[in-house]
Amino acid sequence: MELIKPSFGLIFWMLIGFGILFFILAKFAWPIITNGIAARNKKIADQLEEAAKIHEEMESLNKKHEEMMVQAKAERDALLAEARKVSEEMYDKAKQKAAAESQAMIEDAKKAIYFEKMKAITDAKNAIANFSIDIAQKLIAEELTDREKQEKLVEKWMEDCHFN
Amino acid sequence: MSYKGFERLLMVLVCTLVMVFACQNVFAQEAAAEATEEEAFDAGPFIIEHVIDSYGWHICGDGDKSVTIPLPIILIDDGHFVVFMSNKLHHGEAAYNGYAMGWGDNKGTIVKLDGNFADYTGHLEEGETYENHVCKWDISITKNVCALFISLILITCIFLSVAKRYKEHPNEVPSGLQALVEPVIVFLQDEVITPSLGCKSNKYAPYLLTLFFFIFLNNMLGIIPIFPGGANLTGNIAVTGILALITFFVTTFSSGKEYWVDIFNTPGVPWWLKFPLPIMPLVETIGIFTKPFVLMVRLFANITAGHIITLAFVSLIFIFGQMNPAIGLAVSPVSIFFYIFMGLMELLVAFIQAFVFTLLSAMYIGMAIGEEGIHEEEAAMVEAK
Repeated sequence: MELIKPSFGLIFWMLIGFGILFFILAKFAWPIITNGIAARNKKIADQLEEAAKIHEEMESLNKKHEEMMVQAKAERDALLAEARKVSEEMYDKAKQKAAAESQAMIEDAKKAIYFEKMKAITDAKNAIANFSIDIAQKLIAEELTDREKQEKLVEKWMEDCHFN
Repeated sequence: MSYKGFERLLMVLVCTLVMVFACQNVFAQEAAAEATEEEAFDAGPFIIEHVIDSYGWHICGDGDKSVTIPLPIILIDDGHFVVFMSNKLHHGEAAYNGYAMGWGDNKGTIVKLDGNFADYTGHLEEGETYENHVCKWDISITKNVCALFISLILITCIFLSVAKRYKEHPNEVPSGLQALVEPVIVFLQDEVITPSLGCKSNKYAPYLLTLFFFIFLNNMLGIIPIFPGGANLTGNIAVTGILALITFFVTTFSSGKEYWVDIFNTPGVPWWLKFPLPIMPLVETIGIFTKPFVLMVRLFANITAGHIITLAFVSLIFIFGQMNPAIGLAVSPVSIFFYIFMGLMELLVAFIQAFVFTLLSAMYIGMAIGEEGIHEEEAAMVEAK
């Protein structure tokens, strides 16, 4: 019977003791402990989230970087191709120009030669004419004695005098 | 805790248990030897004596040779405080200023002798009849009250130091006591308090946590057979009764409309169970009181039964030793094996019962608040966010 008979003293002390314990722990222990745990949980969660965010950012940066690399490569290739094209064009132009110039020089040279030739011919004609006149003068001077003979001579010379 | 640490702890625990049991075995054999000389050993009173409360804290020995820590007896008699140490009563064999240990129907209480012996101090003769009455207002510091104080100091120290650590080292890796206590607190919060109480958790968590650690620590202290432990505090009906009563009051005072509607107009039940004979309301009303009653009995019975069984295994040695010391010796290893087994079982029970008491308290409070009460607040919180 004693086993299941609650004693007044124990009830009394239990109420006081448990009450005080509850008061002390509820005031000075549990809020601090539970808040401490919650705060730490939150901090850890925040940091994990932040780490994930940073990871994501890093990944996007990497991607961007790669994209930029690809773009730069493409740009470089394009630039090189253009440069090659430009140089080729320049070479071609120079070549054409050189050809045209040489052609022009040849033309000029030909013209000059022609002019010189014509000049030479003219000079030769004049000289011949002068010679002929001189000869004629001399002949005339010599042959003017015989009229018929003179005429025949003139005719003969005139016939022979073929200019090309 | 690492596996190695746990293994070491287990080793220490087992060693302690073995040593303690071995000690008790020696005492048991001594006692058995004495018993054959003096009187026959009776296991019943021996066990009950160890399970119930007492006015002194018995350490070892028997009769006059026993070592007992005297504890103060405090009585309020006729409006006066009467205070004296329990060793004045010589285990019930003497009276002090007319106060004596009760006998017969009054066993386990302090009685005041009447008539000629009203102020008697001295030995009480066996066989003589003394007129007496029970002192009603007895607030003695008994063994259990003393154990209660020890456990209160212990819990307060533990949790204040843990709280201090949280305060001084916020957001750091838990260490020491904090590391021991935190997983349990987190477990209780996540598995017991929050599922039952939702967003009202913060309001009731202090009570439920205090409840759990109070029961758990006292269960553990109850398993240790020597002083500061050894008092059967959580196996005392007054203690479990108070705890259940507090849960009852908390439940009742936090109840919402839904709770009372469920009781007096239980939904989902045919009308003829409510009218003209209010069977269901009656059953539900009884249920209000059976819930805390069951809480009280469950903890009390589990802890006391554990102690009774372990004591019974010790008693086996006494009983067989009485027949023949050789048989007693032969039985003792078996007894000790079962004693250790039960000791380990009690470790498990210590946790389970503290957990169950807390879980059921949380569930009762949650039921009293009602789903609506919890969800309304949750909705409000979601909106606020």
